[in-house]
Amino acid sequence: MKSYWKTNLRYLLILLIIWFLVSFGAGILFRESLDTIRIGGFKLGFWFAQQGSIYVFVILIFAYIKLMNTLDKKHGYNEDTND
Amino acid sequence: MSIQTWTWILVGITFTLYIGIAIWSRASSTKDFYVAGGGVSPLANGLATAADWMSAASFISMAGIISFGGYDGSVYLMGWTGGYVLLALLLAPYLRKFGKFTVPDFIGDRYYSNTARSVAVFCALLVSFTYVAGQMRGVGLVFSRFLEVDINTGVMIGMIIVLFYAVLGGMKGITYTQVAQYCVLIFAFMVPAIFISIQMTNNAIPQIGFGGVDENGVYLLDKLDQLHRELGFAEYTSGSKSTLDVFFITAALMVGTAGLPHVIVRFFTVKKVADARKSAGWALLFIAILYTTAPAIAVFSRTNLIETVSNKEYATVPEWFKNWETTGLIEFNDKNGDGKIQYIGDASLNELTVDRDIMVLANPEIANLPNWVIALVAAGGLAAALSTAAGLLLVISSSVSHDLIKKMIKPSISEKGELVAARLSAVVAVCVAGYFGIHPPDFVAATVALAFGLAAASFFPAIVLGIFSKRINKEGAVAGMVVGILLMLFYMTKFKFDWFGGGTKEDWWFGISPEGFGTVAMIVNFIVSIVISKFTAAPPKEVQEIVENIRIPSGVGEAYNH
Repeated sequence: MKSYWKTNLRYLLILLIIWFLVSFGAGILFRESLDTIRIGGFKLGFWFAQQGSIYVFVILIFAYIKLMNTLDKKHGYNEDTND
Repeated sequence: MSIQTWTWILVGITFTLYIGIAIWSRASSTKDFYVAGGGVSPLANGLATAADWMSAASFISMAGIISFGGYDGSVYLMGWTGGYVLLALLLAPYLRKFGKFTVPDFIGDRYYSNTARSVAVFCALLVSFTYVAGQMRGVGLVFSRFLEVDINTGVMIGMIIVLFYAVLGGMKGITYTQVAQYCVLIFAFMVPAIFISIQMTNNAIPQIGFGGVDENGVYLLDKLDQLHRELGFAEYTSGSKSTLDVFFITAALMVGTAGLPHVIVRFFTVKKVADARKSAGWALLFIAILYTTAPAIAVFSRTNLIETVSNKEYATVPEWFKNWETTGLIEFNDKNGDGKIQYIGDASLNELTVDRDIMVLANPEIANLPNWVIALVAAGGLAAALSTAAGLLLVISSSVSHDLIKKMIKPSISEKGELVAARLSAVVAVCVAGYFGIHPPDFVAATVALAFGLAAASFFPAIVLGIFSKRINKEGAVAGMVVGILLMLFYMTKFKFDWFGGGTKEDWWFGISPEGFGTVAMIVNFIVSIVISKFTAAPPKEVQEIVENIRIPSGVGEAYNH
């Protein structure tokens, strides 16, 4: 139980740091400097604020699902295995 | 066929579908009514959550807000999606494991106190009512513009439909109608976006298209920045809000999203903890489809609007312009009497005001798309408004029948009696919501965005601390929630309704707008909760065991009766 919870907290910390960096970091705080870089018609900071952060959010949740399903299995906390 | 005929056909088909689903999935127990029997699959729950979440504001207003605010609109894009990361990582799995019916249930049990429960019920009702009134207004708007019925009749029709499936089916009926409504709304949102993207940039994927070039080889975003500079508006890709304010508003919207009771409650409907995580993932994926398309629509419609009306003879404006003028949502005032439309940043010389809410609805017309596409958008807007209204009504009715009546006033009430009470409170809630839809108080528009601040300031800290700390006790949590919500209400009423001496932008604390103040109130809530808990007795042993227990995913069983 202790190690399960600790690992969970570590996952949360790492994922939330990424969550913070792509939105509050790239999309807001560092936007102006990132805006000097361009990808096609997009300024990079603007792209993170209106597109990129959202894509990363989706990936983060699916990464967490994957990590936790493995962790649950390792500790025998998974319920039915029929999916 | 005319737009109106098409609209009647499409709205008729979709409404018949919703009612059919409601009859097929009616609720027979309180468990059905509150949490759809607890057996919804993660995919279906993801779809339902997405529809529940995406309201008239997301479907009708958001792209318009971005269209007029440019970069400033990013707060909604990041705020309303980033909250799902918090929800999936910090709340949903644990609340599912806890396995009750409502958010006040969790607060009341975790903080072993009916005071905490009452505070939670009050916050849930406050948040849900401010939110639902806006939805009914959205229904009225669509009806009045596209079906040319009176806006009040539109609200009444919407009320009857929601009443039918929410009262009959409870959460079960709502869930499966929301699955259908998601399909309708996403189709309706994407079809015109794809059409216009092809028209303007030759790219069928709007998300990529708006970074592309127009027929002259100029990047669309550069062209728009250029137009904005010429007309004296703030540059599109930079916006006009301060970085600090953008930061705080985004944070308030994220945390508020994670604290909204009608969203949280959806995660009580799945079978197990792993499913709660999974449905949060699906939900965000389905939401992201619309949210990444909206900024593209914003750019397309902004460019189209400026090119169609700016400096054009008023006598030659297209038909859609006149149609929206009759609803009062577009206003032209020829200040210099030259017969041309001057649409410019300087308010004293600007001659055109366009209501932001019409951009999504008018967009297909502005781009000359076929009539059936325009009708489809109307049906999609209705789906978005109705699905959210139904989810909110369920929170309101379960707060009354379950949290107030069953848990506090009359615990001896039978299962049957509680079900009747739940249905009756749903009826009352629909009528109240309808009343606000027909007689919108001035504060509705101002407060829908603030509902997030209220949710952030009240629920989020209490729930997160309740899961991640065993030491937080009832004194701390209650004090935190009360201080948080009062502080938020104070700031909001001071700067939005001029109470407590009022104030202007210059008086904002640290330059933070009322929309962003939820973040401050949330931080205060956290601090108050932690400090007060430190100086008062630790929670009883049973409660600490509950906390231990919700951290482990297994042994959840069916959503149990209690």
